Amino acid sequence: MDCGKCERKAVIQLQHGALCKMHFINYFEEKVFSTFKKYRLLKRDDKICVATSGGKDSLTVLYLTKRYLVKENLDPQQLFALVVDEGIENYRERTIEDLEKFCKEHDVELHKVSFLEELGATLDKAYPKINKDANKKPCNVCGVWRRYLLNREARKQGATKLVTGHNLDDEAQAIMMNIFKANTKIAGRLGPITGTREHGSFVQRVKPLYFCTEKEVRLYTILKGFKVHYSECPYSNEGYRFKIQDMLNEMENNYPGTKQGIIKSFLALLPKLKEEGESLEEPMQTCKECGEPANRDICNACKMKVIISA
Amino acid sequence: MEIKFEREQTTEEISFSGTVDELLKKLDINPETVLVLRAEEILTEDEILDNEDKIEILNVVSGG
Repeated sequence: MDCGKCERKAVIQLQHGALCKMHFINYFEEKVFSTFKKYRLLKRDDKICVATSGGKDSLTVLYLTKRYLVKENLDPQQLFALVVDEGIENYRERTIEDLEKFCKEHDVELHKVSFLEELGATLDKAYPKINKDANKKPCNVCGVWRRYLLNREARKQGATKLVTGHNLDDEAQAIMMNIFKANTKIAGRLGPITGTREHGSFVQRVKPLYFCTEKEVRLYTILKGFKVHYSECPYSNEGYRFKIQDMLNEMENNYPGTKQGIIKSFLALLPKLKEEGESLEEPMQTCKECGEPANRDICNACKMKVIISA
Repeated sequence: MEIKFEREQTTEEISFSGTVDELLKKLDINPETVLVLRAEEILTEDEILDNEDKIEILNVVSGG
């Protein structure tokens, strides 16, 4: 198959045509840069924390956020990377190694924090205690603690924006999960810029890869020669999200454009969902234990921390 | 044909000639979830494979 724009061999067939290596890289980078612009993801004086793991999405978003700053004559030294080590045996060590090399190579400052040092236990040790009565998977603990540490550490380092590597697939899955579970109150929290509620300690999250599929991101890392070792979280196929992911990939294969359709419909509804969320959701409170944003007087991260220290 | 599976970290020998699309169907793999490489070159789904080829199947789905 040839590229639709030149005579070269195509590397991918997209809905709007096939692209060669050069035209795909241009298309992909332009899509990310235009997301930055269209949704005003960054302001001139922002200090930027990029949430990283060493996987394909975070390396790509780190690289392209830095490129965008240079392109727009903004100071690339205003950017730093942050990684959270959850303490999952035989998994995170490898991706952190890849990340350290990448940051060194691209001259990016890297900050590291861990569940063990900051919250008192690794995920492997914490979740059986926290979930012992509920028989839940570790993903709920991981999600709460990761979000907590990312926000706290980003703010501690003076960040005003938290860039994440969420891609189109992640977002389509989250939208469908909210629909299936009737989480209408929190549906408006999604989108290229997250959050419906304000709090002085909350660092706003932005998603430059919002319109990029997982397949496009992986292809980009290969074509750019980023060293990404495929590694799978040992808990990943245990969650509800995994089932949704499988279902959406099946739909996409049979009906191309399904995931894009979900995102497009969601964005059309987002202003209404935000409005609804603002009127239904309780105002954010401040955790009495740690001072972080919370839904009630004690945040979920602190509640979990109490269980493991008992 | 030699096929290396990145996710499973295994290599398999199978007898096959046909397109990438046909190979993925035979292996029961959703094309949405993988990229197929031959000699480090990315292949589109219409590419014709020979029984002597050595290919690699990379997973695109996030692992965590």
